[in-house]
Amino acid sequence: MVNPGSSHESIQIAGSTSVQPVAEKLAQEYMNSHPDVRINVQGGGSGLGIRSTQQGIIEIGTSSKKLNDNESKDLKQYIIGKEGIVVGVNKENTVDDLTINQIRDIFSGKISNWKEVGGSNQEIHVIVREEGSGTRTAFEDIVMDEEDIRPESIVQSSTEMVKQAVKQDPQAIGFVSLAHLGDDVKALMVGGIAPTEHSVSKGTYLIQRPFIFLVKGEPESTLKEFIRWIYSNEGQEVIRSEKIVPFIANVSDDS
Amino acid sequence: MNNRLEEYLIEKGLFITAISSILIILLIITFIFIEGFPAIESYGVLNFVFGSTWAPLKGEFGVLTMIVGTLGITFLALALAVPLSLLCAIFMAEIAPSSMRRILKPVIETLAAIPSVVYGFFGLIVLVPLMREQFGGTGFSMLTASVILMVMILPTIISVSEDALRSIPYEYKEASLALGATQWQTIKNVIFPAAIPGVITGIILGMGRAIGETLAVIMVAGNVTQFPSSVLDPVRALTSNIAIEMGYATGMHYNALFGTAIVLFFMIIFLLVLANYFHYKKKVVIGGGYL
Repeated sequence: MVNPGSSHESIQIAGSTSVQPVAEKLAQEYMNSHPDVRINVQGGGSGLGIRSTQQGIIEIGTSSKKLNDNESKDLKQYIIGKEGIVVGVNKENTVDDLTINQIRDIFSGKISNWKEVGGSNQEIHVIVREEGSGTRTAFEDIVMDEEDIRPESIVQSSTEMVKQAVKQDPQAIGFVSLAHLGDDVKALMVGGIAPTEHSVSKGTYLIQRPFIFLVKGEPESTLKEFIRWIYSNEGQEVIRSEKIVPFIANVSDDS
Repeated sequence: MNNRLEEYLIEKGLFITAISSILIILLIITFIFIEGFPAIESYGVLNFVFGSTWAPLKGEFGVLTMIVGTLGITFLALALAVPLSLLCAIFMAEIAPSSMRRILKPVIETLAAIPSVVYGFFGLIVLVPLMREQFGGTGFSMLTASVILMVMILPTIISVSEDALRSIPYEYKEASLALGATQWQTIKNVIFPAAIPGVITGIILGMGRAIGETLAVIMVAGNVTQFPSSVLDPVRALTSNIAIEMGYATGMHYNALFGTAIVLFFMIIFLLVLANYFHYKKKVVIGGGYL
């Protein structure tokens, strides 16, 4: 189908560095099946994604946080998926359910003993990811609300190591993304809701963030095709393979 | 004519080989300095080296807690490993029958061949819970990291020290025994002192490995950027800092990580100079060292 010398349709994507890996994967898969389209994906942060889309510099901006009214002006939002973050404790821990506020106080250091949240009389060992990690950034955005994570928290440099650290310590608490949750740790309910793909997708599980594609005005031709493809089974499969809860329900909004 | 050309080519070939390894090291050092200098310059050398707050997302780049962490882990590991490995080396070189030595030596060398991630994982799964149960706290600590490092540097120090002990001329031993000294007196007063320069080389190599080890330390040290109040507190080493944060660092944060590498570079140079000084001094004083 490719005619030598014919010009490519091109789409520029920029914004959230958290969305970047999945956007790159989507772009790559789409270009494989549509050789006449060129998609270029860059980072820069959610703020840059929003601004550049409003200014018309790029076709698609990406954001990993909800937009406020001012930001969402003129922009059409496509939630391509959602990332859930699970707060995990050791399986011996008797605590099953915490509120977001309790979780924030535990990670900021205001609560330092399990008995304060209904557990046994033991010190809480907080385990976090390193600064800059996507999971940590997401956790800070959603849960910490401008408060700092207590500086004496143990830092582990990968999801797997956080899980191992929690698995071997009955007093530990840590966070991992929903897709990486295994049988090693006990996932806490947040406000009575257990973290599952279903509860994240429905929005009832609170520690989650949307991955949003932003388009200025009504998408046309190539752009429209690409967005439609993202919500096809093929596109949603790519999203799922990147450990994000797909958002198939949104397909109807598009057509 | 042909012979001379061959000589010439071989000579130059060897020269190029030797010089290229030095060039590669110089290139790496230059690169680290170019990348790291902007951070140190804009944050200030003293603030960088003696600052105790590391909060890259807030623009704070003080590495002192990590210097303390690296030194603490390294010297604690050496304090644990040196007595153990020297006694082991003496046993293998002087006392063990050769049949036992044939088993011991390969077993100890196998320790050196185990990848550091395996040591780290072993530490995380076995040693950290053990430390937590014994001493309380989280189990992630300077001591935990030092114990893992001790096991990792044992084979280096043992092998090099044993070779040093075995290379002491047999006449020394004969002369000492002929004077009526016991075997222990001979080891203590003749063989070991003569082998000290080689032993120090072994300790230097072990120290180098302990300072540079990254992965195993990341997994068990806790990586907290605070001053430890005891050996049971978690610490972050300089190498760990680079490895943990390099994946996400941009801008000044990225430069600051190379700045961390510069600090590490000077620390290693300083320790090497110090160690070589003792190496040299012992050689002169003893006068019997052939090593």
